[in-house]
Amino acid sequence: MIELDTEHGPDVAVVRPRGRLTMVHAADLRAVVAEALADGRTRVVIDLAHCEFMDSSGLGAIIGGLKAARQAGGDLRIAALQPQVMTVLQLTNLDRVLRPHGSVAEALRGD
Amino acid sequence: MSRHRALRGVSPFRRVLVRVLVVLTMIAGVDYLVWRWLESVNWSAWWIAVPLALAETFSLIDVFFLGLTVLRIRQRGDAPPAPADATVDVFVTTYDEPVDLVMGTARAALAIRHPHRTWVLDDGAREELREAVQAAGIGYLTRSADWTDRPRHAKAGNLNNALLVTEGEFLLVLDADQVPAPDILTRTLGWFDDPRVALVQTPQWFSNVDDADVLGSQAPLFYGPIQQGKDGWNSAYFCGSNAVVRREALMQLGIVGYVRDVERGVTRALRAAKSVVARARKDAVRQGPAVVAALDAVDVAVDRARTELAAGQPVSEITQRFQQRVDDAGRDVVADDLAQLQADLAEIEALPSGGGHGSTATLTDDVVLTRLAQRDWSPLGALESVKALVTSVEVDRADEAQPVMPLATISVTEDMATAMRLHALGWHTVYHHEVLARGLAPESLGAMLQQRLRWSQGTIQVFLKENPLLQRGLGMGQKLMYLATMWSYLAGFAALAFLAAPALYLLAGVQPVTSYGNDFWVHLVPYLVVSQLLFRAVGHGLPTWRGQQYTLALFPLWIRACTTAVGNVFLGRELGFVVTPKSGGDVGPTWRLIRPQLVAAAVLVLAAGVGVARLQLGLATPEGTYVNLVWVAYDLLVLSILLRAARHRAPLTTERTRT
Repeated sequence: MIELDTEHGPDVAVVRPRGRLTMVHAADLRAVVAEALADGRTRVVIDLAHCEFMDSSGLGAIIGGLKAARQAGGDLRIAALQPQVMTVLQLTNLDRVLRPHGSVAEALRGD
Repeated sequence: MSRHRALRGVSPFRRVLVRVLVVLTMIAGVDYLVWRWLESVNWSAWWIAVPLALAETFSLIDVFFLGLTVLRIRQRGDAPPAPADATVDVFVTTYDEPVDLVMGTARAALAIRHPHRTWVLDDGAREELREAVQAAGIGYLTRSADWTDRPRHAKAGNLNNALLVTEGEFLLVLDADQVPAPDILTRTLGWFDDPRVALVQTPQWFSNVDDADVLGSQAPLFYGPIQQGKDGWNSAYFCGSNAVVRREALMQLGIVGYVRDVERGVTRALRAAKSVVARARKDAVRQGPAVVAALDAVDVAVDRARTELAAGQPVSEITQRFQQRVDDAGRDVVADDLAQLQADLAEIEALPSGGGHGSTATLTDDVVLTRLAQRDWSPLGALESVKALVTSVEVDRADEAQPVMPLATISVTEDMATAMRLHALGWHTVYHHEVLARGLAPESLGAMLQQRLRWSQGTIQVFLKENPLLQRGLGMGQKLMYLATMWSYLAGFAALAFLAAPALYLLAGVQPVTSYGNDFWVHLVPYLVVSQLLFRAVGHGLPTWRGQQYTLALFPLWIRACTTAVGNVFLGRELGFVVTPKSGGDVGPTWRLIRPQLVAAAVLVLAAGVGVARLQLGLATPEGTYVNLVWVAYDLLVLSILLRAARHRAPLTTERTRT
C-alpha cells in the first residue's frame, strides 16, 4: 500500500501511498516516515500521484510526519495531489501550512 | 426500572402548551422587569436595589433561554438499522478508579453486540489494571512517550492519544463507571446514515442513586427536555461519556484546529519576538556593533516573516526561513557576559512546556508570552529567546505531545468545547433519548461539589476562550443554545442578591423595592404564575426540585467557578482541578464544605426573628414584613437540602444491579 523510494539521494525519501489513505493506513504512513528518518533520510516527500482518496486521518498522519521530519532537522513536503486530496487540503485549510507541490522534483527543489 | 426504558415522551398537546407558556412568560416577565427598573427601584438604597434588579433580570433571561430551548423539543423515534459493516472502537477511559470497577465496565463493553474492538485507556498506567485488562482479551492503552513533560490535557489528552493508535470508523466513549448495555451500538449507529452526523449522545443515568437523590445527581431536565430542545436546534451537546462519535469528524476538527493554532501561535510569537528584540536593542550598543547588527538582522527577519504570513504564504516555509535567518544573525556574536547568558538560558529552559495534571498552559498562551516579552534579556539571551519562541510554535508544535488534537484541549470539560467546534464546522449532532449505559454518581458531598466545580469551571473556560457568540459557522440558534448553558452558571451572583435582600429588609428595614403594595402584586403575580406553569409543563412528571435547590444552594461554588476560571484564562492560574472520586466518601458530616451556606442560613433565621420584632414595634410595615418572611422561608427551604447532603452516606454497597 505504501512504498518507500530511496532513489532520489542519500538524504531523500519519497513515500508513495497508493489507493486510499484513510484511518486504516494512517499508522502505516507514520511508520514508513519514521523508518526513513531513522535511516537519516530527513528530506521526505509524500508523492500522492497514486493516492485517489484521503480522509482527515490521512492528513493527520502527514502532519505527524511533518513534525517528525522537522524534529529530525529535515522537512516533509507533499507532491502531485489528486483532485479529491487537493479538496480536503483546502477544506481543512491545511494548505495554509503545507504547500502542495506539482511533482516530486518540484518538491525537492522547493518550488 | 427496565434497562431500555425509553424516557418519557412529549405529547403534541404538551408541546403546544409549552410554546404558549413561553410566550406568556416572556410577556409577563418583561412587563414585571420594566416596572421594576423604571418605577420600583429604590434608588436611596441603590447598593442593594440595583443588584437585586440585576439578579431578577438575570433570572428572566435564564427563563427566556429555557423557553427558547424547549420551543424546539425534538423527539426522535428509533434510529435506522445499524450498518453491519461499521467498524467501532469502544474506549473505556480511566485515571484512578478501582480496578474492579473498570473491569466491570470493560467486560460489559466487550459484550456489546455490534462488532467492535474494546480498549481501556488507562491514564494512571497501572500495572495491575494492565494485567487484568489483557487477561480479559481487551486492548490496553497508555500515553505514548511523546506526552512525557508535556501538557497532558486530562481526559481529552487520553482520548487524543488513543485516536492515533486505533482505526475504527466510530468510537464509543465510556467513563470508567458507565456500564453499557449490549445493544448500545445497535440502537445508535443508524443515526450515522446521515453523513453529516458527527455525534450521537445518550443520557447519563446513575444506578447508585435512590429516589430522594439527595446529592442531585440525576439530571432529568438536562437529559430530557433540555437536550431534546438543543437537538431541535442542532446543538445537542457532547457530554463526555455514553456517546458515539464519527472519527472523521473528530480528525477533521483536529486538522482544522492544528492549522488555526499554528497560525495563531506563529503570529503571537512573532509579535512577542518583535518586542523582545526592541528591548534588547536599547541595551545592545554597549555590547558592540556585532550584537547591534545581529539584533537588527533578527528584527528584519521578524518583519519579513510577518509580511509573508499576512500574504498567505504557507507557514511551514515561513518558519523554516525565519529560523535560518535568526541562526545566521547570531553566528558572529560571542557572549561576553556568560553569567547573564546562563541565567537567560535557564529562564528559557524553565518556560512552561509541562505543567501538572489538567494544566492547559503552553508557550503560546498570551500570559506566558507577555511575561517573556517584558523580561530584560541580555542581547544574546534575546536572540535565544526569539528562537525558543518561534521553535515552540513551529509547525511541529513541539510544546504539545501531538500536533493534531482532535478533542478540544482549551477546557477541563473537553466535551462542550469539542461539540461547539463540530457544530461550527457544520456537523450535526443527535441526542438519542434512551438510557443505554448506567453509571455511578459521586457518593459524598465533597465528591459531588468537586464534580460540579469542574463542570462549571470548564464551561466558563469555554465561554472565555471561545465565546459562542463570536464563533463563525454557528447559527444564531446554536450560539444561543451554548450561551444558555454558560449563562446559567452566573446564578451564584444572582443568589447573593436573592439571599441578602430579604435579610436586609427584616434586619434593618432596607427596602430595595419602593413598594410592596398593589403595584408590586399586579406585576409580580402573573409573572410568577406563568413561569411556574412553564417549569411544570417542561419538567412534566420529572423530579426537578433538586435541581432548582442546588442552583441556588451551591452559590459559593458557582462564584468560585467563575473567579477561578477568569484567573485561569487571563492570569494563567491553576484551576485547582481534581479528578472526581467515583466511589467511597469521607466519614462524618462535611459541614466545612458548606460553611458560607450555613452562615447565610443562620443570618436568614436571625433576620426572620428580628423582622417579627420590628413589626411588633411598629418599625416595619406588615406587607413588607410578610413578603420578606415568605421569601426567607423559600431561601431556607432551598438551602435545607445541604443539611441532608452533608450528612449523606452512600449506600454501603456500590454493587451494580444488571437488570
